[in-house]
Amino acid sequence: MKSKAVATSTSSGPSRVRTIFYTIAALIALVGVAEATYLTVMFLSGETAVCGGSSDCSQVLGSAYAKIGPVPLSALGALAYFSVFSFAIFAVFGYVLARRFFNWAVLAMFCMTLWLLYVQAFRLHAFCRYCLFSAALIFLLTGLVVARPSGERT
Amino acid sequence: MKRTLPFIIVIGVGLITLGSATYFYKTKHPGSAPLKIARTETDAGGTVHVLGPEKAAVTIEEFGDFQCPPCGRLCEPLNELQKKYNFRLVYRNFPLPMHPHAREAACAAEAAGKQGKFWQMHDLLFKEQAVWSHSTEPKALFNAYAGMLQLDLSRFRSDLESPEVLEKIDKDQQRGTEIGVKTTPTLFLNNEAVAPENTNSDKLPEMVENMIKGNKPSS
Repeated sequence: MKSKAVATSTSSGPSRVRTIFYTIAALIALVGVAEATYLTVMFLSGETAVCGGSSDCSQVLGSAYAKIGPVPLSALGALAYFSVFSFAIFAVFGYVLARRFFNWAVLAMFCMTLWLLYVQAFRLHAFCRYCLFSAALIFLLTGLVVARPSGERT
Repeated sequence: MKRTLPFIIVIGVGLITLGSATYFYKTKHPGSAPLKIARTETDAGGTVHVLGPEKAAVTIEEFGDFQCPPCGRLCEPLNELQKKYNFRLVYRNFPLPMHPHAREAACAAEAAGKQGKFWQMHDLLFKEQAVWSHSTEPKALFNAYAGMLQLDLSRFRSDLESPEVLEKIDKDQQRGTEIGVKTTPTLFLNNEAVAPENTNSDKLPEMVENMIKGNKPSS
């Protein structure tokens, strides 16, 4: 993170694209932070079962897959979203290393999302709307990473 | 300024998130004192479902919902614990509104209770929770469970919707609401609420053991 970016382009075009790209990513990640934090608080206050009026939701969030040891998965999700948010912010300000970390973090979250969707579909046979919303956010972030301009690839 | 700005943004958002989470958590837990209840007395009419001896040193009173997955996971360990330590276990119905079949399941358990098989139906409903929870016709399954328990089916069917059964569930729920129960399972160990993070098969045995070793009678 200490290595400040060296501008490779003299024009302001790529820089503006980069700013817009990572700003959108940071905003998406911020929504994820809010959602995962909300679920973590619900878990810690013992209100896992109260989940938007859906019994499927409580089945997923109350399952053994919803935590790793004593740690709720939503807390890890909040941490992951916050990392993505931080990397995106640093990338906006031109930190090259942050872009690489951003890509790896999104990739890791994408893989985790696929696993969790599999668990919901084939093991729990129930879908939680919060989890689906989070999956949509990750797909959006992954879509951004895949579709970003070639000049932004590190 | 441009060098420090990303640090300021990231730290600022981190602090706001932590602050909001703490505030939200505190609104959910306004008081630090745990909920307390008066001891449930075993009545001769059998309207309160109790396992274990009346004068046991430890009493656990559970407010449960038959469609709640954590309650289902707690059922077997709690039964094993009860057999091991022979404490007094009280079950109260607290069907949550977001579980569409929870109230019907509570009725089935109460209807079985009228034929002396509440705990058998209680265990069966939790064991088969994943099946009837997703059924569009859970009553048909409850009837099948009643058959498995060799209940008088015509009596079971009429008891399912009897005002007496519905009133019993309402009473349990009212008791829970009055003492501040909001979620399930909520357990009271010797009349004091067990923290949600301890309401699991890992921590509960230790708490019961400590209570028995301390020989603190349930007053």
